[in-house]
Amino acid sequence: MMHAYAGKILRVNLSSGTISTEPIAADDARAYIGGRGLGTKIMFDEVDPKVDALSPRNRLIFATGPLTGTSAVASGRFMVITKGALTGTIACSNAGGNFGPELKYAGYDMIVLEGAAKKPMMLVIDDDEVELLSAAKLWGKNVHETEDLLHEQLGDEFKCVIIGPAGEKRVRFANIVNDKNRAAGRSGVGAVMGSKNLKAIAVRGSGGLTAAQPKQFKAACLDALDKLKAGEVTSEGLPKFGTAVLVNVINAEGLFPARNFQEGQFESAGKISGETIAEQILIRARACVSCPIACGRVTRVTDGKYAGSGEGPEYETIWALGADVGVSDLAAATKANYICNELGMDTISAGATIACAMELYQKGVVTKKQVGRTLNFGDGAALVDMMTKIGYRRGFGDVLAEGGARVAAKFKRPSLFMGVKKQEFPAYDARGAFGMGLQYATSNRGACHVRGYMIAPEILGNPEKMDPLTPKGKAAMDIAFQDLTAALDSSGMCLFTTFSIGAPELLAMLKTSTGFDYDMDEMMRVGERVWNLERLFNLRAGFTKKDDTLPKRMLREPMPEGPAKGKTVPLEKMLGEYYRLRGWDTEGRPTKAKRAALGL
Amino acid sequence: MSKVKSLTVNPDLCTSCRLCELACSAGHGGEFRPSRSHISVAIYPEDAVYIPMVCMQCADAPCIPVCPSGALVRDAETNAVLVIEERCVGCRMCALACPFGAINYWDGKARKCDLCGGEPECVRVCAPKALRYEVEERSTRTARQAYADRLRDSLKEVTS
Repeated sequence: MMHAYAGKILRVNLSSGTISTEPIAADDARAYIGGRGLGTKIMFDEVDPKVDALSPRNRLIFATGPLTGTSAVASGRFMVITKGALTGTIACSNAGGNFGPELKYAGYDMIVLEGAAKKPMMLVIDDDEVELLSAAKLWGKNVHETEDLLHEQLGDEFKCVIIGPAGEKRVRFANIVNDKNRAAGRSGVGAVMGSKNLKAIAVRGSGGLTAAQPKQFKAACLDALDKLKAGEVTSEGLPKFGTAVLVNVINAEGLFPARNFQEGQFESAGKISGETIAEQILIRARACVSCPIACGRVTRVTDGKYAGSGEGPEYETIWALGADVGVSDLAAATKANYICNELGMDTISAGATIACAMELYQKGVVTKKQVGRTLNFGDGAALVDMMTKIGYRRGFGDVLAEGGARVAAKFKRPSLFMGVKKQEFPAYDARGAFGMGLQYATSNRGACHVRGYMIAPEILGNPEKMDPLTPKGKAAMDIAFQDLTAALDSSGMCLFTTFSIGAPELLAMLKTSTGFDYDMDEMMRVGERVWNLERLFNLRAGFTKKDDTLPKRMLREPMPEGPAKGKTVPLEKMLGEYYRLRGWDTEGRPTKAKRAALGL
Repeated sequence: MSKVKSLTVNPDLCTSCRLCELACSAGHGGEFRPSRSHISVAIYPEDAVYIPMVCMQCADAPCIPVCPSGALVRDAETNAVLVIEERCVGCRMCALACPFGAINYWDGKARKCDLCGGEPECVRVCAPKALRYEVEERSTRTARQAYADRLRDSLKEVTS
């Protein structure tokens, strides 16, 4: 019997309707932990990396980690692993909420979906009873309507992952939502689900999970819990103000991008900050399973044309739907956030794609006639209008639904796309944090802040303060962050715990729950193995060194203002060192020796 | 006698993380298994209301007199109502009588919160302090004070 793991993989072929289970191999579990790691291994073993992300030959994997569903702090996460519809890279999008733990209580660590259904279907899992049912009545409904209908039909206890109209219509940055507002957001995992004609998965589980060493595991969990309760960010900043507590901090440091990264500070940051959100629209906090932080924001806009309620905005969202589009109206940005949650779209890519279009409009590259309306920076009404149009692929929204890279290329201004590997940047301008620039360029799922959060050392001073405006030491730190994050993601724990705990606490919880006698080296090697396997997938998909780059604006246009004024990202210097320290050749390919050392 | 502690619930502070359910089920059954927890959080997402539901250890507990086999008894030390497993015949009368639905039933026996013998696991893991274990007089006072605070806030709104 395996501890911590549920022990089984649920495999569903949507083309044939075949449903089967298979045990998790203990060797694989130890070598990849679970979640992101194990999901990537299955992708690597079973999917041709060159396959079209939206073809039935792609797989869609929902994966939990061994800590998911246990009392390890903030461990209730699941990951969606597939080939991304936005990026064409390996994709792994991570979400909290209640779905991941429930899947494990039902007896499954992972769901592997193959093929594509001919008609809209949903997968219903009630412990051992698993069936594919018609979702004809749900197709076309938004995420919130769908969840209500599922609860009506099946019962409130079912936890559901759902795609909205955006996923159905294969919007390239469609996401997958659970608990109505918690999203596996990035890289277009929702479009892949849509391409498989799968509207929803509903799960109810009555089973339990055990720890290999119950007493020691309990002690490790309580130790981590107490550290989160004592840490300033995890006990004060995030609970009180949510992730948007960062708005004022990052803006003051001069790397809060405004108007498609034309500026590095937003003059109206105070109007969209976490403090302002708490003051004006916050009803209360909401936690994911087992999380003492509770960064989720249940909010309500009471007056005016944007009146409504829902969850969010969090930091990345209020940036993408605020500063990046030049919008200072919190109500409009919040409304756009609610639309993203309801239609099932990644707020970062959605906002950033509109920002890209706004710059094209500002420069006269796209016209009012093409857009069907004005599209000026700062226009909250335009933001809200375009957001709905993207979700349903109506009018110019159909163009924007392809994401910023394809939009900028279509209008022959590819350099105005702000992102990497077709995925839009999150809310940090790399000209103000060089290590973050290296991280963006090397991230295996395209531009991303949660593969290796270099903002922690460069800006927040965690675990140690590094000068953000030097390339020195960044490659080594970035690698350490990337590997630790890969191990953490694979465990099922939330990245936000790392504001107060780190590798030693994770190791203690992993060892005592699974019973694998990991030491620090072995755990970090799992992270490195996962990172290299993702890299190998991307190389086989056709990505090369030339894709490990940044937009011209980051490399050649000096930051116009603020503490990083005059800076560009010295990427070449860092990238060579990064390849070398990774044990890759000068083209960024893992060497034979490195692959052998990692058992790949 | 006045020093007896009780488990108090303040739904206003709950964040719906459900760590209490995991701690409870692990403490009693060695498994992380919310379906077998004695405490469970009722979550109403639309209303932003989360209510931890657990046995109130009623002073005049309706579960005790309905038990035909005398399996439910009051613990002198903790004041908890306990199920004596050997006496329980699994008739579920106690579950029927409980107005809070706080009595569970599985493997042929009634199951309920026993305050973990005076060190409730759920309280230990509740970061927002929605669950407390404190001397009874004080706990009533805390609730009364919290209500007074809310009343003051709304009065301030009316008068300002």
